[in-house]
Parts: sequence; C-alpha cells; structure tokens
Amino acid sequence: MVRHFLRRLLQAAAVMVLAAAISFLLFNYVGDPVSNMVGQEATQEAREALRERLGLNDSFLVQFARFAGHAVTGDFGISYRLQRPVADLIAERLPATLELVFASAVLAISLGVGLGIFTAIRRGSWVSRLILAVSLLGVSLPTFVIGIGLIYIFAVTLGWLPSFGRGDVVHLGWWSSGLVTASGLKAIILPAITLALFQMTFILRLVRAEMLEVLGADYIRTARAMGLSEAMINFKYALKNTALPVITIIGLKLGELIAFSIVTETVFQWPGMGFLFIQAVSFADIPIMAAYLLMVAFVFVAINLAVDLLYVVLDPRLRHGESSS
Amino acid sequence: MRIFAQGLIAAVAVLCVTASVPAKAENVLRWASQGDAMTMDPHAQNEGQTRAFAQQVEEPLVSRRPDLTKVPSLAVSWRQVDPKTWEFKLRQGVRFHDGKPFSADDVVFSFKRAMMPTSDFKEIVGTIADVVAVDAATVRITTKAPDPILLDAVYNVFIMSKAWAAEHGVNTPQDYGGGQETYAVRHANGTGPFILETRDPDVRTVMVKNPNWWGLKDNPHNVDRIIYTPVKNPATRVAALLSGELDFLLDPPLQDLARIESSGQFQIQRAPAVWTIFLGMNTGSKELASSSVKGKNPFADIRVRKAMNMAVDVNAITQRIMRGLAQPAGTIVPPGVQGYDKSLDVHLPFDADGAKKLLVEAGYPNGFDVRLDCPNDRYLNDEPICQAVVGMLARIGVKVTLDLKPRTIHLPKLQAKKTDFYMLGWGSDTMDAHNHLSFMASPTSIWNETGYVDQKLFDLINGMESEIDMAKRDGMIKEASLRLREAYSYVPLYHPMLAWATRKGVTVPMVPDNLPYFSYVRFAP
Repeated sequence: MVRHFLRRLLQAAAVMVLAAAISFLLFNYVGDPVSNMVGQEATQEAREALRERLGLNDSFLVQFARFAGHAVTGDFGISYRLQRPVADLIAERLPATLELVFASAVLAISLGVGLGIFTAIRRGSWVSRLILAVSLLGVSLPTFVIGIGLIYIFAVTLGWLPSFGRGDVVHLGWWSSGLVTASGLKAIILPAITLALFQMTFILRLVRAEMLEVLGADYIRTARAMGLSEAMINFKYALKNTALPVITIIGLKLGELIAFSIVTETVFQWPGMGFLFIQAVSFADIPIMAAYLLMVAFVFVAINLAVDLLYVVLDPRLRHGESSS
Repeated sequence: MRIFAQGLIAAVAVLCVTASVPAKAENVLRWASQGDAMTMDPHAQNEGQTRAFAQQVEEPLVSRRPDLTKVPSLAVSWRQVDPKTWEFKLRQGVRFHDGKPFSADDVVFSFKRAMMPTSDFKEIVGTIADVVAVDAATVRITTKAPDPILLDAVYNVFIMSKAWAAEHGVNTPQDYGGGQETYAVRHANGTGPFILETRDPDVRTVMVKNPNWWGLKDNPHNVDRIIYTPVKNPATRVAALLSGELDFLLDPPLQDLARIESSGQFQIQRAPAVWTIFLGMNTGSKELASSSVKGKNPFADIRVRKAMNMAVDVNAITQRIMRGLAQPAGTIVPPGVQGYDKSLDVHLPFDADGAKKLLVEAGYPNGFDVRLDCPNDRYLNDEPICQAVVGMLARIGVKVTLDLKPRTIHLPKLQAKKTDFYMLGWGSDTMDAHNHLSFMASPTSIWNETGYVDQKLFDLINGMESEIDMAKRDGMIKEASLRLREAYSYVPLYHPMLAWATRKGVTVPMVPDNLPYFSYVRFAP
C-alpha cells in the first residue's frame, strides 16, 4: 500500500516536471513580450537591454532551470503585463475561478443526476425526450455562443442579470467572495449556467445510461418480484449501484471545469485565472502562462492521484490484487 | 425534483426583484473598453490606455484640450529664452491629492524621473539636456539642440510629487528586472481633476472627483465618480452598454454601431484618429527572401511599387471592411498632426490594368510571388484587410502568401527585418509629422523595414528636428512627405476613424487620440 502510494507520488512529480517543460517549450512560439512592454519610440538598444534583463536571450535549458528553481520556492516571478508578482495575482484570481467552478459543479451535478434519474425512470415519456433533445444542445453548442445567448436574453432583453463581472465581493482574509452579496450572486448565475451546461449534459447521460443498465439487472427484477415499492427500488437499490462510476467521473470532470472556465471567464469578464491566462497569452506574459499551466497540471495530477488512491481504498479487488502481486 | 426546481426559480426571482438600481445621488460615469491600463506609474509605460488613466489623475505642464490644441496646465505660461532654453512659470497654490503643495522641485524630479533608463518616455524627452528650478515658481528646460517641438515632449511628462515618491520608494520608474511590484503600480498621487480611489487591475478602477482641483472654476465638471471596468469580449461589451450597465464605451465594435444607435438611448460620435495603417515593401534587399524571383528584388523597381499602390483599392477597404469608419490614405502622415498636407493625402487612383502594364514594363509580365506579413490582433480588422489585399494583388498577377501572426510575433519579426512586405500602423505621441517621417523613413529607424534610402529625404528629416522657424519647417515637412510619397515604398491604406458610444444625457467630448478627458464630461441635469 505504502509502496503503491510512493510510486504514484513519484509518477505525479514526473508528470508535473514534464508538463512544465512542455509548456515552457511552447513559449518560444507565443512571441516576444518586449514590444508590448515598451513604447513604440523605444530604441533597439533599449529593447535588447530589457530582453537581456528578463533573461529571454538565454537558452531554453537555462530559462527552464531558472524558472523551476524559483518555482519550487513558490516564486513565479513578476507579470510582464501587470507588473505584479504572479503568485499574488494567482492567489487573487483563484477565489473567483473556484467559486464559479463550485457553482457550476453544484448546478451540473444536481441537475445532471436529477434529470438523469428522471429520464431513466420515465423512459419514453415526452418530457424525457424533450430533456434529452435539449441536453443535446448543451454538448453541441459552443460555450461562447451559449454565454452570449444568455447575456442577450437575461441582461440585454430582460435586464434581470448583469452581463459581465463578478459584482461586489467581500474579502474574508485572502479569500474574496462574491457568494455573500446580492450583486455577486446575481453575477454568478449566467456564467455558472454557461460553464455547467456541458458537464450537466454529460452527467445526465451517464447517470441515465448507468441507471438503465442497473434497472435491467437481475437483482432489480428480484426486488420487484418481492413487491418492494418503486421508490425503494429506484433510489435505494438502482441509484446506489450507479453511484461508484458516476462519482469517479464527476471527480475527473471537476478538473475539466477549471480548464473549461477559460472561455466562460472571457465571455463574462469573470476575473478568474482562466481570464488571466488568456490575457497573458495575447501579451506573451510568460511568467503568468508558466505558473498557470503548472497549476492546471497540478490540479489534474492531484485529482488523478486522489481518484487512483480512492479506488484502492474503495475497491477490495484492487487491494487484493496489489498485495498478491 | 419539482420542489427543487421551484425553489430555484423562486430564488432567482427574489434575487432579480431585490436588485434595486442604486439611487443616483451623485453622477457616476461607468465606462469600459477592451483593455486595462498597465500601471498607474506615469513614467513606466508609454501606452494609450495607461495614459488615458494617468491624465485624469496627473497633469503635465502643458496639456491639451479635447480638440488637442495645447493649453496651460501646471505651467501658466512659457517662453523661449534662447534657442535651447525654455522657461516655464508654474501655477501657484496647487496641491497634490495627498495635500502636499506643488512646486518647482516636483517638476524637476518628474522630468529627471522620465529621463531615467527604466522610464518608457526617455526617447520622447531625449532632446532634453537638463531641467533646473530657477525659483519655487519657475523652471528652465535646456535642450541639447534647438527643439521646435519641445512642448509636445513636455505634454508627455506627468508631474509626480517628489515627497510622495520618496516616501513610497518610487523614485525610479518600474524596473522589470527588479522582480517586484512597486507602490506606484497601483497607487497614484497627482494634481489632476480626479483622485484614484481603488485600483483592481483587470477588474475595476474607481476615481473620485478632486474637490480642490485648481481647474474647477474654469471647467466646472459634474462627474463625482468614475468606474472603469475592462471588458475584453466585444459582444459582451456591447451587451453591457445596451443593458444599461455602462454610460460610455470607448471602443464599440464597428458591426454593432448601427444597432447601438437604433436603440435610441445612445449616441455614437465619430472622429478621425491620428493614425495611418499602411503596407511597407522591402526595397533594400538584393532579393526577396520570400519570393521565387532570384537575383533581383521586384520592389527595388519604382514601377513595381507604383503598380502595388495602384492595384490596392483603398475605397473598397474603407467602405466594405471598415464600414465607412476610415478615410482612404495617400500618405503615412495622418490628419491632425503638425505639417499634415491634405493635397498629399490622396491615394493613387485604383487602376488594375495600369498596374499590370507597369509590371510588364518592369519585366514581370506574369507577376511574382511574395509573402505578406500581417498581424491578426493589432489593428481593427487587420486580418480581413490583409486577406482583401491578397485578392486585389492577385488581379495583377502578384501572388501573395499571407502570414498572419499575433502581434507578439509580427512586430518582433519586423524589427528583426525579416520581412519583405508587411502591414504596420503608426500614430505619434508628439502630434508632429517629424515623428512619423523619422520613424517611417529614416534608414536607422527600427520601424522602417522598407530599406529605402534617399539622402535628401533624410537630410530634410534631420533638418526639421532643430528648425525653429515653423513656416520653414512646415515647408520641409511638405517636401519630405512628397518625396516619401513619390518613392511609393509604402502603400498607404487608411486613416482609421474612432467611434465612441455614450448614453444620452452624458456628454463626453471626443478626443482624436482616443484618450478621453473626463474633466470635460457633463451629465445633463
């Protein structure tokens, strides 16, 4: 067990280093930040001097080693665009993204599981068909279009909700929360729906498929033959048995929500990390890009690691396989 | 499930109803554009939006009105003592936002700070040799050589408080090499009409009225508070305006102007920007790296360059792609700068047949191939315009392959002179033709990739740098502009127009350099 854990941890560390190196290699293609950092009148010498000061003339290996050396001490440098420490910027933007991801996850999971069960139990009813048809839109329409569509309906036409931003936030220590103010709650509705729609559809279809499979299983038939109530069968036996794969997938999807938030944050001017990253790309703000990609890699590695370890804990078959090998 | 859904709907409904519009006790100007200022340090970044913020909070000695004519600001008067010395009489009784009195020491400090190596304005104030305080109310600026446009440089130097800078350790402008955030990145202390209240970069910046501003008696504006929120996505920006969340939008997308106007609640102002967008041709190389023509350079032949000018239909570009929000250009010097001559600003008439004939004469009956380097995120509609140019040149047999790149790749490629044919735009910080001519025609300029050499033209550009007789200088500008135009080393495309959208009931006077002055804003009573 301990050996397994250590091995997974080592693998995770290797993946992180690899992810950092690949993302760093890609920065050669985003261009030169210097022309964004100086005025148009700056001379060639001034530009060259700045490039030298930033260490952009060094070889890939030297730059990467310097980045990695600083990164392990938590120092990600200073943003070229905002002239502020990257670690501060990420710490400031993290709450916005996590709150958005949290709201979206609640929405996607509650609606996805609920509607998934409904469409499985009421298979063939016109309501189920309608839900399935509409949910198809969720996977086929790009996030961008959904976001703009919602803005035009709820902000421009109806005037109910704000079209952009996060509303007023309250600072609780280093955390800034928009979930405790009225304007913050209003502001999160549209971006949360936009971000949740794809995942909700996915969960809905997964739950429905799993439920249908389980509902056809022998023990459900036995339960029915025993004369148990429909509610008992559906929720106590069927739903419980679909839970394990659904929970696993939902866990993995949480990482995707963080990654997908880039587009949603851009459409809604949501001051999160995804938006910070997009702006960094167009500016060639290498310190922010490097830190962001490293962080996303960390999130995925951490979730995968956690799920792997949970499997070992939850599934006795895996545990026995490990000890006997 | 149904109960949950009902609950959700109820919750949304409650939220929507309780969303009351705040009572308008004060006049709040809520505005947006696509990008935020980069820093509040007035000498660290020579960039448009950064200046737009600075000029609400800080003031130079000599400022400009919205029509860009010069107007006394922290200096009440100035005179030239001798060809290389200027004397400025300072305004008395002015205080910085933190209450400290403004004096000649602050002026000397600010100029010296703007001249430092980490300042982004060091080139603009490059002609200044020294700045000294004669007494508390008088400052003298000496230049290395006579400088006819010193006032345009002075306009770029915002005055900071020397004591405040010392107190917060910002005696020098931001240094990227330093790896630290300086106090001046998010704080400012000027003498201007608005006080920086909160600064949350990329999210929200709030300024409040400076009740003690010296200019209030001549310019009694009624803006109590300014809230700026950058909105990067154009569709969201328009939605925010239409939904009533904004009073002023600096950069409404062209395709939405008609829609914004037709809503009846907003007005669109249009004005020519002090900019030119053009194509440059590499005339200097022996051969073009991106062309299969070897041993000679097609662009070295003036007939080819003239044909390129004739083959590009600038009216189609301004009317169809820019939707009328641009004027066809015949010269790189835009309207609005000192020395602009309208008679030169006429593009060669569109004539594909004539262009073809010129190519035949030049020995390219079947045309030639070349790569056009274009940005796709630098100028409004840069990508579709370059695509249109490719089609136009194909008609005369010039086979253009288009290389579209983000500006972070495009601009360094130009500076490295790795281009044969490229798109560039230029707007000056000095509002003087010399800036345009020297950057676009001097052989040593990092922004001149044409490789075109004309000693006479170069002499004229050098000469106007220190010619104090303005009439004579305008003559030199005209002659230089004409020589550059007739070299056809550039294909001038257009001068863009600006469009600002404002909610009815608010007046925001338009400024051709796209940097609003909020002290001129008026809310209707």
